[in-house]
Amino acid sequence: MSETVIKCESVFKIFGENAKKMLEEANGKVDAKTFQEKGCIVGVNNASFEVAKGEMLVVMGLSGSGKSTLLRCISRLTDATGGKIFIEGQDLLELNNKELIDLRRNKMGMVFQSFALLPHKTVVENIAFPLQVKGTSTEDSISRAMEMVKLVGLDGRENYFPRELSGGQQQRVGIARSLAVEPDIWFLDEPFSALDPLIRKEMQDEFLRLQEKLQKTIMFITHDFDEALKLADRIAIMKDGIIEQLDTPANIVLNPATEYVRKFTEEVPREKVLVIEDVMDAPSKDNLGDLKVSKDEIIENVAEKILTQEKNVEVIDSNNNVVGSIKPSKIIDTVFGGRKNGS
Amino acid sequence: MEYLKKYPKLFQWLFLLAVFFGLCFAIDVPETYKFIRGQAEFVKDPNQSVYFFLGKEVRYYAFDVFWRLPPLLGWLPIWINDSLFFLMNEWMPMEFWNEDTQEFKTRPLLLQISRNLTSFMTFLIELIREILLGGLETIVAFTSWDFIDAYPWLELPGLPWTIVAAGATILSFKLSGKGLALFAGLTMIYISVFGQWKPSMQTLSFILVAAPLSFIFGLGLGIAAYKSKRVEKALYPILLVMQTMPQYAVLVPALVLFGVGDHAAVIITMVVAVPPMILLTILGLRAIPPEVIEAGRMSGCTNWQLMVKVLIPTARRDILIGVNQVIMVCFSMAVISAFIGAKGLGFNLLLALNQLNIGLALEAGLCISLIAILLDKMSLAWANKQTDYFGNLTFFQRNKNIIFFAASVVIGIILAYVGTFIFKGSFNYLFEVPHNKGISTADFWNKGVDWIFDTFFVYIKAFNTWLIVDVLQPMRALYLRMPAVATLVLVVGAGYIIGGIRSALVVCGLTLFIALSPWWDRALVTFYMATFGVVVSCLIGFTVGTLCFQNKKSAAFMLGVCDIFQTFPSFVYLIPVMMLFGITDTSVLIAVIVYATIPATRYTIEGLRSVPIGLHEAATMSGVNKFQRLTKIEFPLAFPHMMLGLNQTIVFALFMVIIGAFIGTEDLGQYILKALSDKNGAGIGLTLGICVAFIGLIFDNLIRTWVGQRKKQLGID
Ligand SMILES: Nc1ncnc2c1ncn2[C@@H]1O[C@H](COP(=O)(O)OP(=O)(O)OP(=O)(O)O)[C@@H](O)[C@H]1O
Ligand SMILES: [Mg+2]
Repeated sequence: MSETVIKCESVFKIFGENAKKMLEEANGKVDAKTFQEKGCIVGVNNASFEVAKGEMLVVMGLSGSGKSTLLRCISRLTDATGGKIFIEGQDLLELNNKELIDLRRNKMGMVFQSFALLPHKTVVENIAFPLQVKGTSTEDSISRAMEMVKLVGLDGRENYFPRELSGGQQQRVGIARSLAVEPDIWFLDEPFSALDPLIRKEMQDEFLRLQEKLQKTIMFITHDFDEALKLADRIAIMKDGIIEQLDTPANIVLNPATEYVRKFTEEVPREKVLVIEDVMDAPSKDNLGDLKVSKDEIIENVAEKILTQEKNVEVIDSNNNVVGSIKPSKIIDTVFGGRKNGS
Repeated sequence: MEYLKKYPKLFQWLFLLAVFFGLCFAIDVPETYKFIRGQAEFVKDPNQSVYFFLGKEVRYYAFDVFWRLPPLLGWLPIWINDSLFFLMNEWMPMEFWNEDTQEFKTRPLLLQISRNLTSFMTFLIELIREILLGGLETIVAFTSWDFIDAYPWLELPGLPWTIVAAGATILSFKLSGKGLALFAGLTMIYISVFGQWKPSMQTLSFILVAAPLSFIFGLGLGIAAYKSKRVEKALYPILLVMQTMPQYAVLVPALVLFGVGDHAAVIITMVVAVPPMILLTILGLRAIPPEVIEAGRMSGCTNWQLMVKVLIPTARRDILIGVNQVIMVCFSMAVISAFIGAKGLGFNLLLALNQLNIGLALEAGLCISLIAILLDKMSLAWANKQTDYFGNLTFFQRNKNIIFFAASVVIGIILAYVGTFIFKGSFNYLFEVPHNKGISTADFWNKGVDWIFDTFFVYIKAFNTWLIVDVLQPMRALYLRMPAVATLVLVVGAGYIIGGIRSALVVCGLTLFIALSPWWDRALVTFYMATFGVVVSCLIGFTVGTLCFQNKKSAAFMLGVCDIFQTFPSFVYLIPVMMLFGITDTSVLIAVIVYATIPATRYTIEGLRSVPIGLHEAATMSGVNKFQRLTKIEFPLAFPHMMLGLNQTIVFALFMVIIGAFIGTEDLGQYILKALSDKNGAGIGLTLGICVAFIGLIFDNLIRTWVGQRKKQLGID
């Protein structure tokens, strides 16, 4: 296991007048309903997890489930009401103002759900802003910003004002701005939600490519399960401020921890989540065809091959050892009927 | 019964009106009551009742309490006056070092502060004035009279008007382009050629001190209030009262504190101009989306960077409106403070108005208005200026403005020098066109006024008589006929129906203050003039606004016109009306109407504009015709905004009514004007000002409460 970059220990965020006192009285057992009756809104409820270096954690959940609030706590845009947060081993809540500013200038980048561009600055100026704040010279910051403009495909519009851009274009400016300082830790709050499907796919691919190269530690919020599956190393599912389950995509689909997660993942196309290994049987020589598939293949990618085979298929690992076999009917089960439970 | 359930508010209103009129008819006018004319009030008369409070004697004519409340607050002005006097002359004596006499001297603290402030302001004004006009006081301030006697060439020579004109033109060009440059050039040439140079520069130096100081203080206090709830809570009531306090009223206490002259004028101007700046700063900062602030934080801004680079620029729109207001108030005050000895165009304007020399007044007024518009546009252009990072400019291109300016300085000096030869023995017109030696069109205008008077005298007179005899006097009599109790019931009842018990209490307090002051009758007169003005203004403003809104171009045009009219100092409005109607109530009322129509029109258009376009389209799609759309969708949605316009209309109208005292009215304004020349006037002026402010605040409270509820119902905001 590589080193931990973000670590949360029972983080709470409760909005309201005397939230702190009520949290103390509640003794770590926070019930959203009773708090609401007393005029407090629970944003994040007892969140504990770790994110490793280079890992991408995707946070999902219905509207108002506290995803943005969790991100705000970790970037310390709001102070958590209770609990501890560590960034690279440093206690975030202990940092003084100057250290916090240093951390943000050099380590953190954030893309906001509602873009949050500065209305009085043009596209380049917006992107160059974090650099200029740091004290980079105008010339350097503008030329770096121009690189970013090209990266997100906005060249030719660098002198536009945010109000002159479409939502998707504004979001791309936001992404470019957060990347300008080359942060190690990257927070993205629904960064692709305002983009059209074509550009979204393009950006996702670009995003993966970048990630391969840069190996940033990322927390990513999305409503789109397909997107989550495509990008995530692990997925966290939130409900009413509580992290219901945090696991790899396959485990979340195969072993939902709670009824809520099961419902949440019900409509997820299994073949996109599961790999062959998850559904294969023990090795057997019955009715074997000549096709061999790797155990790490995602089902969707090999389904067609297996189904046209009409014979059982051997499953091999990376060293070409046979580790199992699979019947075409199993694939059909998974894709069409497998809503009962995968394995 | 069914109706009662359906329209409960309507029935409450009807009930209230019934009670009000019931009271009006039930309470008779006491036989001894008569409206007391100006001078009579100070006469001692055995019929008066007397009471003592805090050692102050208050005399008044007693009536039935239902008819008029006794002036239980009559001691307040005297008390304020004495307190001020005490603070200035006796409170906290301390030792202060005196530069001139080189020794310590005992002086009350406040007096010393006032003196220091005064000399600081005077220095600033003199500095700018001498750069523009020449003089030696600034040099003297740093050295001594002996020094200047030894080196007389050190005296600042002042800038030739050609250089100032060129400078203004080049600056305008840099800020905004050809249009503004042309306007700046023409304005400067006009000022010079018409011989208004000196007073204009005097006014300008006053503005150049007052406006930036007001801006800085307003912005600073606004930011402080934005950051700290406590500061805001402390400031808010003062701001509210200052917003509706007529500018006249501040003059009198300032006179006591700071004496007479330009410095006092600057300080008062700041007192008046800072509150709107603060309010707009707070408003703008509050409206910033929280995510923009968070984005700034995440970019690693320090608190200072966040304020300067994120918050203030993002709130720019409202802050700019604040700047616009500051400039407006400064010019307005430039005229009004001529009453307390400020030099410049304002003084000339007042003098000309006093002598009924409409032509001269018109020229001075035009000058003030032109400078006001110019400064307003320049500040706007400055704030909107963009940097270009990609232009590959040569040295000459980058510095061409400075080069041009340097060139024009040289040329200006040469011209002025040449001028000394051309105009030998007379005035050097290439240096400065002296006052009254330029072209003047005053005679032309005066003749024009005479002609209009001669030609249309019959009609104007007939109109005037009709208005006064058949409309104004009966209306005024009706207002005065209201028993105090009935008025109180009406106002408090309205407060209760609109905003519940809280509103009712606030409004009750405000009204009681006026009713218990010695000037209830005056307040009624002020109120009647304001009502008349507001009703007519609203009718005109809403109609014009609605008509203009039908077409994008005309709407934009109308807003531009409003902008320009708003920049005129309020006194300027008196000129044309006096031209037509002479010294009558009609003049005042027409000035009120013209002045107050501006916000009515503007807010109507802006309100209608604020209706989301999506709704228009949705309405058009569901087959609504234009008229239905206007009445069913646009008006209801724009109404909250338009009501805020009504609020502004009332404040504008009240201001103008008070200024109208200059022409001669028998209301609160007349007393404020009188207090100016009364050595014990400070308390009276301030109390009167508060009374006027409270009239405004009563409506402000009612309208805002109502608008708030209405917005909630409509789900906007
Ligand atoms: N500043 C605040 N004050 C009070 N309550 C807040 C505040 N910010 C968020 N909340 C509440 O916290 C809860 C979680 O909000 P949050 O913005 O984190 O939701 P979200 O999961 O990001 O939703 P979405 O997907 O719509 O963005 C909501 O119930 C919201 O009302
Ligand atoms: Mg969110």
